[in-house]
Amino acid sequence: MNKVVVQIKRFFSRLIVIFQRLFSILETPLRKIFGHKLAIPLLVLTAVIVQNIISTPNFFDISIKNGLLSGYIPSIMDEAGELLIITLGMTLVIAVSGGVDLSVGPIMAIAASFCGLLLNGSEYRTDVFQNPYILALFIGLLAGVLCGAFNGIMVSYLKIQPMIATLILFTAGRSIAKLITHGQTIYIMNPVYKYLGVQIPGVPIRTTILISLLFVILVTLLVKLTSLGLYVQSVGINGSAARLVGLNSNAVKFMAFVICGLLAGVAGLVGSSGVGSVNSGELGMSIEMDAILAVALGGNSLSGGKFSIAGSVIGAYTIQAITTTLYAMNVRPDQLNVFKALIIVVIIVASSEIFKERIKRLIRRILSSIPKSSKKTTVVGGCSDEN
Amino acid sequence: MNKQTDDIQNPALTMNGIGKSFPGVCALRNVNFNLRRGEIHALMGENGAGKSTLVKVLTGVYSMDCGSVRLDGKSIMIKSPQDAQKQGISTVYQEVNLCPNLTVAENLFLGREPRSMGLIAWRKMNIQATELLRELNISASPTAQLDSCSIAIQQMIAIARAVNTKCKFLILDEPTSSLDADEVRRIFALMRHLKESGVGIIFITHFLEQVYEICDRITVLRNGELVGEYEVRNLSRLELVSKMMGKEIENLSVLSSEKEKVKPADETPIIEAVGLSSGNAKVAPFDLKMYKGEVVGFAGLLGSGRSELVRSIYGADKSVIGKLYVRGKASRIKKPLSAIKKGMAYLPEDRKAEGILSELSVRENIVIALQAKRGMLRRISRKEAEKYADEYIKLLSIKTAGTETPVKSLSGGNQQKVILARWLLTNPEFMILDEPTRGIDVGTKTEIQRLILKLASEGKSIAFISSEMDEMIRTCSRMVVMRDRRKVGELSEENIDQSMIIRTIAGGDGNNE
Ligand SMILES: Nc1ncnc2c1ncn2[C@@H]1O[C@H](COP(=O)(O)OP(=O)(O)OP(=O)(O)O)[C@@H](O)[C@H]1O
Ligand SMILES: [Mg+2]
Repeated sequence: MNKVVVQIKRFFSRLIVIFQRLFSILETPLRKIFGHKLAIPLLVLTAVIVQNIISTPNFFDISIKNGLLSGYIPSIMDEAGELLIITLGMTLVIAVSGGVDLSVGPIMAIAASFCGLLLNGSEYRTDVFQNPYILALFIGLLAGVLCGAFNGIMVSYLKIQPMIATLILFTAGRSIAKLITHGQTIYIMNPVYKYLGVQIPGVPIRTTILISLLFVILVTLLVKLTSLGLYVQSVGINGSAARLVGLNSNAVKFMAFVICGLLAGVAGLVGSSGVGSVNSGELGMSIEMDAILAVALGGNSLSGGKFSIAGSVIGAYTIQAITTTLYAMNVRPDQLNVFKALIIVVIIVASSEIFKERIKRLIRRILSSIPKSSKKTTVVGGCSDEN
Repeated sequence: MNKQTDDIQNPALTMNGIGKSFPGVCALRNVNFNLRRGEIHALMGENGAGKSTLVKVLTGVYSMDCGSVRLDGKSIMIKSPQDAQKQGISTVYQEVNLCPNLTVAENLFLGREPRSMGLIAWRKMNIQATELLRELNISASPTAQLDSCSIAIQQMIAIARAVNTKCKFLILDEPTSSLDADEVRRIFALMRHLKESGVGIIFITHFLEQVYEICDRITVLRNGELVGEYEVRNLSRLELVSKMMGKEIENLSVLSSEKEKVKPADETPIIEAVGLSSGNAKVAPFDLKMYKGEVVGFAGLLGSGRSELVRSIYGADKSVIGKLYVRGKASRIKKPLSAIKKGMAYLPEDRKAEGILSELSVRENIVIALQAKRGMLRRISRKEAEKYADEYIKLLSIKTAGTETPVKSLSGGNQQKVILARWLLTNPEFMILDEPTRGIDVGTKTEIQRLILKLASEGKSIAFISSEMDEMIRTCSRMVVMRDRRKVGELSEENIDQSMIIRTIAGGDGNNE
């Protein structure tokens, strides 16, 4: 009996020594990898993908069915489309104000309702456009912009907290959309309407994927080619310092909310086109939460300041991948959010600064407890001057 | 008896072989430091020498890479600032960490509020705060919101907060950098009192005078390494400075000879204010003329309205009344951007709250004002920005790992230089410098004073505020004197000397207007 205990003990102490060695060898490369700001988001995405590969061996298969790319990856990218577009706007709003835009879902509904109303005229179910298609799209987007401008005025000029300011449209938005459509679901039967959210004939890739990627590129260009990105970050980090160096903090905030509104409009049009109807009670339901989570998962601080569009894109795809995976694992829709919340809590905790610091200390403690003989490989202290 | 002297002579707190590096920089390398009870120990060194880092390692803000800390001979591990507090080590960090939107009393007792039945006893807290404030001679109301107090008062409150807990060791990281002579005296009285009761104090400062006035021993750091530990009385000022800089230096006060005699002829002033005032009555309406090529100092006690006066020229606060002429043309300046476009620059007094954009890189912090001046659509390319950043890093010898380092990881003095660089880059004609040398080391301070004189000789007009009278006397060709939020007089070149200024501030003669 005693012998067994001793052996187990010996086994474990050996195991620990092996781990210590491993740590000390891997320390520098690990620190390099984990030091990168996109490390955690990418890691999570990889983990989700690995899980998928294990459960569905044909995960990477892509085939062409009915003239459309199909397979797991295209379908995740397609389903992530609206979320991705919303996340872009949310990233800017969070960075500039340290607050969130809760009203993106309702704005989607409002934009789509205007568009649907113009296309259908007084009918609820028709296949002839009553007004030019382009005009309807334009008005839909304009509605999104106006909603964003409303939020922007509340936040930047009236100094209302973003959460509260956008709560107004969050609660009222869907009712406004219902007012526009007289409380009915509008069915748009004209196949042209499906171009935006499904497929343009002859193009083998879902339009949602294309549009969402197009907007990723547009927003990236906007942020990189003008100094909007720098302005947004400056205002988000320290509003009064930003004002004193000559930035118009209010205008920058306003602009971020307008862009967010416009993007919500785009997402609304895409979303309603995907289902061929406008149901203002359903469209973009609780998408704001997913978008906020996507921003956080992308390694962006929710208290504003620095942001990374690339991070947010990864975040959005990760959220969608998690959702899709959970569905694939036969999780019931009503339980979906529980699992999602669990996964996300773990990820967010793991990427928090405090947690990282704890881990670092733990590693250091393990390393410094290595017996003297093996100390050569473990330079814990001492300075390596790199510059 | 013998044992007691032993206690005082033997260092109570010793740090041995401390090493700490950050990505790209080695902040401390094999540093030894010790502190006795009942002594005031100065920690000196240039900007970025590693003083604040040493303190932060001691108090558990950073974990050290190697080395050990002993308290009364026993090895201790300090894991966090709270832990340090429990061991009796209280700290006032360089960047004051109070909550601006809480009251004075709340800030004093934050985290250890007096409670009754689990609830915060507000009345009791305010009474205790009043006592504490009176004891330390701080003129602030316990119920006032913190951000309504001047920086000096905030600094005093931060110290009060630290000594409030029963502390055996007190660390003060540049507590006097924004204080005037009077307040420094008050803080010194407090420090002496603590010293007598056996508290060991680490005092970080860039003011040599203060070190010689109050300290017992000095430890000098340079580039993260220990230079040595000295008794104050055995080390002359000149020796101290050359130990810090690592090279012999000539006398520091040769500057005044470089001051150029400017005769602002009858040309139009660059800036002319007539009855200008900030609408919120923080400063009474004033008249002021600023000419090309002159450095005008603003003297007055803290809270005398110096900062408010210059801010109203720059449009930093909303609703300005009165008239402002820029190069003879009537201008309405409602926001900083229009001031910048008219060739003004403003380096604010409060670096943390109004100066640095902490998470952004050194490069972004340097180009931001120029970018704002150009407008959003005319982006300064990455390459161009890097060129500017490199240029100014060299010019002001900013100590940083690179242009992409976040500015918050620079030492306090180097952050200040970054902000100075930001404004120099916009090539202004009229510069407002509110405490530009705050937290800057002795060597660099002279460099900056030289730079100011050089800028003036190139034809810029400079408004200069400093709580160090010496510095202003050395650089200014004219002095505006303020008292009680009112401009009370102007001293011209020949009248600028210490006693004259003090007399005018105090309300004696001086050509009142
Ligand atoms: N958190 C950090 N991350 C990276 N580098 C840092 C960090 N903190 C300090 N450093 C670097 O360590 C060096 C020492 O900085 P420290 O703040 O200790 O200087 P200091 O002596 O207090 O200077 P000052 O007189 O300007 O306050 C500097 O080069 C600084 O850039
Ligand atoms: Mg410092």
